[in-house]
Amino acid sequence: MASSNNVTFPNKLLPYLLLAPQLAITLIFFYWPASQAIYQSVLREDPFGLSTQFVGLGNFRRVISDPNYLNSLQVTIVFSVATTLIAMTIALLLAVMADKVIRGKNIYRTLLIWPYAVAPAIAGMLWLFLFNPSMGTLAYLARSAGYNWDPLLNGNQAMVLVVSAAAWKQISYNFLFFVAGLQSIPKSLIEAAAIDGAGENKRFWTIVFPLLAPTTFFLLVVNTVYAFFDTFGIIHAVTGGGPGKATETLVYKVYNDGFVNLILGDSAAQSVILMIIVIALTAIQFRYVERKVHYG
Amino acid sequence: MIQNNPIGRLIAHFVLILGIVVVAFPIYYTFVASTQTLQEIIRPPLSLLPGGHFWENYSSALFGGVGRIGGVGVDRLLWNTVVMALGIAIGKIIISLLSAYAIVFFRFPGRMFFFWLIFITLMLPVEVRILPTYKVMVDLGLIDTYTGLTLPLMASATATLLFRQFFMTIPGELVEAARVDGAGPWRFFKDILLPLSKTNIAALFVILFIYGWTQYLWPLLMTNRNDMSTIVVGLRKMISFADADTEWHLVMVTCILAILPPILVVVLMQRWFVRGLVETEK
Repeated sequence: MASSNNVTFPNKLLPYLLLAPQLAITLIFFYWPASQAIYQSVLREDPFGLSTQFVGLGNFRRVISDPNYLNSLQVTIVFSVATTLIAMTIALLLAVMADKVIRGKNIYRTLLIWPYAVAPAIAGMLWLFLFNPSMGTLAYLARSAGYNWDPLLNGNQAMVLVVSAAAWKQISYNFLFFVAGLQSIPKSLIEAAAIDGAGENKRFWTIVFPLLAPTTFFLLVVNTVYAFFDTFGIIHAVTGGGPGKATETLVYKVYNDGFVNLILGDSAAQSVILMIIVIALTAIQFRYVERKVHYG
Repeated sequence: MIQNNPIGRLIAHFVLILGIVVVAFPIYYTFVASTQTLQEIIRPPLSLLPGGHFWENYSSALFGGVGRIGGVGVDRLLWNTVVMALGIAIGKIIISLLSAYAIVFFRFPGRMFFFWLIFITLMLPVEVRILPTYKVMVDLGLIDTYTGLTLPLMASATATLLFRQFFMTIPGELVEAARVDGAGPWRFFKDILLPLSKTNIAALFVILFIYGWTQYLWPLLMTNRNDMSTIVVGLRKMISFADADTEWHLVMVTCILAILPPILVVVLMQRWFVRGLVETEK
């Protein structure tokens, strides 16, 4: 990424003044708390803040060997994989269909993208209105059909509910990117395959799908980040991590341990582990961007 | 031509309509519920057509809402959310424009260091540093203030990167010409750079407005008083399934009011929205 722009202004002080607001906010609200999290993660403090003690990696060892933490890790993985797969599969199906139609393309797009504007917490509430056992119409229909539906008591059903809400909200985003990806595939390739006698299914799996790989991979990373970090609102508004700890994701646990249960050292250690996960995911994402630049 | 397959196209239309029904149904259902009486809502199944209480419910939620969520009306919550969304969007755009301008059009010691300092904030979302950030906000006395709701979210690596990327495509000759004509850095910024950036600013504004409007964890942490809450957080506080006197019809109205403004922004500014989404994720 070489800068093509070598013409600049000669001022000495001005650039620092221009950067000052951004840097001030960044240092006070990003770097300072992040360094505090790292600092606290090696300390053990009693709940009243009366005494602190350096414990090295003790907090990390405790967190990693804590069955509740391992449970929460497992919940997060199940939740992320399910959300990502469902949101991407439905979006890809709709994008392939939208690529085929000629009339009404824009109307379909408009009607499919609006859930993007719905806050995750509200997405959760919308699904809760439909599926809560006391007044949800769909819950009522499920019960009338003889199905024992109660996401407030059954952990698996609670998971189905939060995954549905999270995936529902993400379909529109994936749809837009898949549509863009499909448009960038040269039509001549597909026509050539058709002339060679490849059927629709075969054309999709041997030409379209492999050529969509960059889009798919990009969305895989973005959806994983979304499921890990942006779905706190859904969990908080719909299940509160319950029933039991069936839907307690890692981010929800950091919040709960630090804010509700006041176990500061453990919460800080969990924060640091999450930071490492974000750094890894961002690194993957940017490596991919570089590759995309290379191959045009 | 392979596109000329009427049956395939018919199936495509069918699948798309099915998709739209699935995508729109939760919102439609809530809208229907918001036009019914409380008694109708708590006795499922709900009818699939809107009821006759639209004006009644909406006006009592908006204007008669005394003592709704600890004494705060929906109008106040909506106002707080508007302030937060606009504050974050405008603040982020200004701050990112300035820092991208500094990084691209000036050469000064520490330029790349500062660039990386901004870039790395991508990896420090609030979700991974909840507790210490809260402590900083308490120490600075920013809990329950508009400053606390907006200022810390104004630093943005994404917006800075976007503007930097765009500024680097501006030909050096343009800068040279401006300098020959005697334009200083401020003139250049105001008369050349800003007009050229209009499209990018509009696209970014849509994305950031939605970002600000849909925030949840941040206002949850930063507000204790109900009258400083945003509508999304306020809505969460209204919902209680255990509580027999939750006014569900008004909850549904609030829900629709909470999702309508950002949906309108997406639908009406669709061109900018799509562009902004693609640009910010590069």
